[in-house]
Amino acid sequence: MLKDITLGQFFPGNSIVHRTDPRVKIVIVIAMIVSLLLASGVFSYALMAIYLLLIIAVSKVHFKMVVRGLKPIVTIVIITAILNIFYTAGDVIWQWGFLHITKQGIYAAIEMVVRIMLLIIGTSMLTYTTSPIDLTEGLERLMSPLKKIHVPVHELAMVMSIALRFIPTLIEETEKIISAQKARGADFETGSILKRAKAMVPILVPLFISSIRRAEELATAMECRLYRGDVGRTRMKQLKICSVDYISIGVSIIVFACTIILGRFGL
Amino acid sequence: MSYILEVMDLTQVYSAGTPFERMALDHVSLQVKKGEILGIIGHTGSGKSTLIQHLNGLLKPTSGEVLLDGKSIWNEKGKCDKNTRFRVGLVFQYPEYQLFEETIAKDIAFGPSNMGLSESEINDRVREAMAFVGLDDSMRDISPFALSGGQKRRVAIAGIIAMRPDVLVLDEPTAGLDPAGRDEIFEQILQYHKQSGATILFVTHSMEDAAKMSDRMLVMNHAKIMLIGTPKEVFSHTDEIIKAGLDIPEITKVMLELKNRGFDVDTSVFTVKDAIKALNAYKEGKLC
Repeated sequence: MLKDITLGQFFPGNSIVHRTDPRVKIVIVIAMIVSLLLASGVFSYALMAIYLLLIIAVSKVHFKMVVRGLKPIVTIVIITAILNIFYTAGDVIWQWGFLHITKQGIYAAIEMVVRIMLLIIGTSMLTYTTSPIDLTEGLERLMSPLKKIHVPVHELAMVMSIALRFIPTLIEETEKIISAQKARGADFETGSILKRAKAMVPILVPLFISSIRRAEELATAMECRLYRGDVGRTRMKQLKICSVDYISIGVSIIVFACTIILGRFGL
Repeated sequence: MSYILEVMDLTQVYSAGTPFERMALDHVSLQVKKGEILGIIGHTGSGKSTLIQHLNGLLKPTSGEVLLDGKSIWNEKGKCDKNTRFRVGLVFQYPEYQLFEETIAKDIAFGPSNMGLSESEINDRVREAMAFVGLDDSMRDISPFALSGGQKRRVAIAGIIAMRPDVLVLDEPTAGLDPAGRDEIFEQILQYHKQSGATILFVTHSMEDAAKMSDRMLVMNHAKIMLIGTPKEVFSHTDEIIKAGLDIPEITKVMLELKNRGFDVDTSVFTVKDAIKALNAYKEGKLC
């Protein structure tokens, strides 16, 4: 049940996509989002789709996993499609009462669905191929200029990496507590909403208590290793831009530029 | 001899169809006799915890069946009979982390009140369960979070005992306790066994505890049952146990070493008392 959450899930590997510097990957994803928003017309979307398929193929992430990542947004996609179909003005091709479907509406709906799906696939490929630690380190390095205006970049990155690190632990813990309470005859599935909300108490109280306990233990462990924040802290793994990164940057720039140019001409 | 629990050809596969697919139980069959104490031993990840979660229907078998008193705990609609959870009481590992109520008595009452019992009946059961685990009645209204780790564990075990299960299943009930605490918990479990006649299953990592406590022992390895039988039967297969990377009681090691050095003694003993007997028998055999 809870195991289906793919958010922030990472699939270890050793492909070009995996080995690309996290900073580069983050910038590429931002550029990809921009070019997707500037795309319009069959060819520009097709180019982006091919580009993403290529990334999936190279990274050897199971295609099934990519599809599973799309599941949570199915409702949003359907609602967007319906709104676009019925509320776009243009040449009416079907009418029933106040409902009418236009040619432009269908095109807009297809475009939105494709765009959202490509956006989700593209961004999830970032988390699928980058370990949470690399990801936060990449973010920290990218945002480090903000330190000059006293933004606590390092602390934010640390909070984020700890949060990501504890998602699987807390999921496991929750499942254990649910099982333990079920073994005492707790029932979470039947009854009114109020009754079911009340049934959450035996899960939430132990979960909060153990989270606080874990936080305290972690804080002690960090202090024992003399953690005192950003200043003077060195890294075991230095991020370095190398040939793999230049290949990724090169391919991406070509694809994005072509997409934007094709989009300009509406192709 | 009637069997209270029967596991028939049980298989459990986790995360089927993903890269993380893993077989946790591989065609396991097992019969538990009414009123016996069965110790379950095995490596971390050998399938012990998965097996016991099948006994009260917390997990649904990928294939195979679990019978309680000869009846499957899963009905035709694929639902688990609710009474199973009350009849097979399962105490999880580190059960103290499941406490949530304001007072000890309320927490112990959680199981019985889920059974839909009357208030006076619940009260009786709470008092009885607290006595079983050696908690004084004056502690009823203390918050469970004010207790020490060992006492919290007893409250949690009392929470299961208060349901008066016919089968009490405990997953490493003494993990993380000091030797005194461990002996006390085992003593209380035996007490419950004696007074209620319940069947007891317990998971442990300690061969000594398993040998001392149980009528029969079950050794699991790689999602399968490797050995099952009385401690004496099990320890007559010491080679296999050692090959599987499990420990054997210290005294059995001594006897094995004696045999290695040319003394033909009985190596299937697991208590010091039996060892003395075996050594005496050897001595007499030599003299005649």
